[in-house]
Amino acid sequence: MNGMVSHAHMHGGGGPPTGRKAPPAREDLLKGFWRENPVLIQLLGLCPTLAVTNSVANSVVMGIATFFVLVGSSFLVSLVRRRVPNEVRIATYIVIIATFVTVAEMILQALVPVIYKQLGAFVALIVVNCIILGRQEAFAGKNPVGRSVLDAVGMGIGFMIMMLIMGSVREVLGSGTLLGVSLFGPRFEPWVIMVLPPGGFFTLAFVLLAVAWWKERTAKQAKAAEARDLDAAGRAA
Amino acid sequence: MGDLGWIFFSSMVVNNFTFMLFLGLCPFLGVSGKIDTALRMGAADIFVLVMTAVAVWVLNTFVLTQTPYLRLIAFIIVIASLVQIVEMVIKKLSPALFRALGIYLPLITTNCAVLALAIFQTTREYTFVQGVVFAVGSGAGLSLALVLMASIRESIELVDIPAVCRGTALVLMIAGSLSLAFMGFAGLLSSS
Repeated sequence: MNGMVSHAHMHGGGGPPTGRKAPPAREDLLKGFWRENPVLIQLLGLCPTLAVTNSVANSVVMGIATFFVLVGSSFLVSLVRRRVPNEVRIATYIVIIATFVTVAEMILQALVPVIYKQLGAFVALIVVNCIILGRQEAFAGKNPVGRSVLDAVGMGIGFMIMMLIMGSVREVLGSGTLLGVSLFGPRFEPWVIMVLPPGGFFTLAFVLLAVAWWKERTAKQAKAAEARDLDAAGRAA
Repeated sequence: MGDLGWIFFSSMVVNNFTFMLFLGLCPFLGVSGKIDTALRMGAADIFVLVMTAVAVWVLNTFVLTQTPYLRLIAFIIVIASLVQIVEMVIKKLSPALFRALGIYLPLITTNCAVLALAIFQTTREYTFVQGVVFAVGSGAGLSLALVLMASIRESIELVDIPAVCRGTALVLMIAGSLSLAFMGFAGLLSSS
């Protein structure tokens, strides 16, 4: 919904998974971790992934808040999906999401006021995180409550994993600390650019590069193995 | 006047929405392939942001004075419906303008830049004029980012890039370099 990129990537997870051996419940949960990871594969929710990952603490709080909103909205949307007319479904989803974000905002303000202040407008901006609306439209609006919650939990954890990776890389390189604990001693010269905005772009670019490289390598290996099998079969015959 | 000038300049380059605050990245990655599309998207951006600034000012001044906790819900609904109405009006009154901006308007509605503008405007307690100037500046900043990116992408279209790097990773690296360049403006603000 949030731009052309998301339109192109919103196909995942609509129907029951086909051609996979894992039972549907496990598949609903696990697909968000890697195969349909919202950030890495679907390229959704890039704004928070880049904006608040300058320290591990910020990333974790943002990840948990998004997880809470995603699971809550998926549960409620799935619960009311038969009562909502098709024409106003997007508006309904947005109102539900905004309500959960308001709740999350109040909780964070009460529990972790310092981090809440650092996150600033980005807590409120969870409303327009395309991962959340994308899951409502692609999954929770069409599937029963149990599956929708599992799907949301999986996607939420997938998002948290990415936030954790980005946050750790940027904090270790940019401040030489992890969760505020100094790693390299006082002689470490921090790579300040990594905690500043350009570092976010660069880190995500390198993570995506690593994923592309890994995919290409596995594809090549699969092809080579197939060629070997064919060769062996040809020789046997 | 100096104050308004600073709001404009700061929102356009020093705190550029795309490069410094990571707002509106989806359209930035999606439609920054051609300069022509980038320009239209930028124009639509400015248009929606100004409309939002006006709507948010009205909401904050007359409607939400007693219920600040309803802000988020109110903002998103009002912005979305407003853009829909404007889209219909433009379609009726000026088909040419609709063809130029048309498909981009609904895309921008749920863009994080729009909601962020509403939130910044509220927390910084801008007046009506300041809000509109801030909106124009932010929109100009988004357009600047889009056009810069589109120009770079157009000129590297025929370059032989390793297959692994093609696509989003390359765009993000270019964006990172541009972001580095924009950090140079950061010093301007503290000297004001």
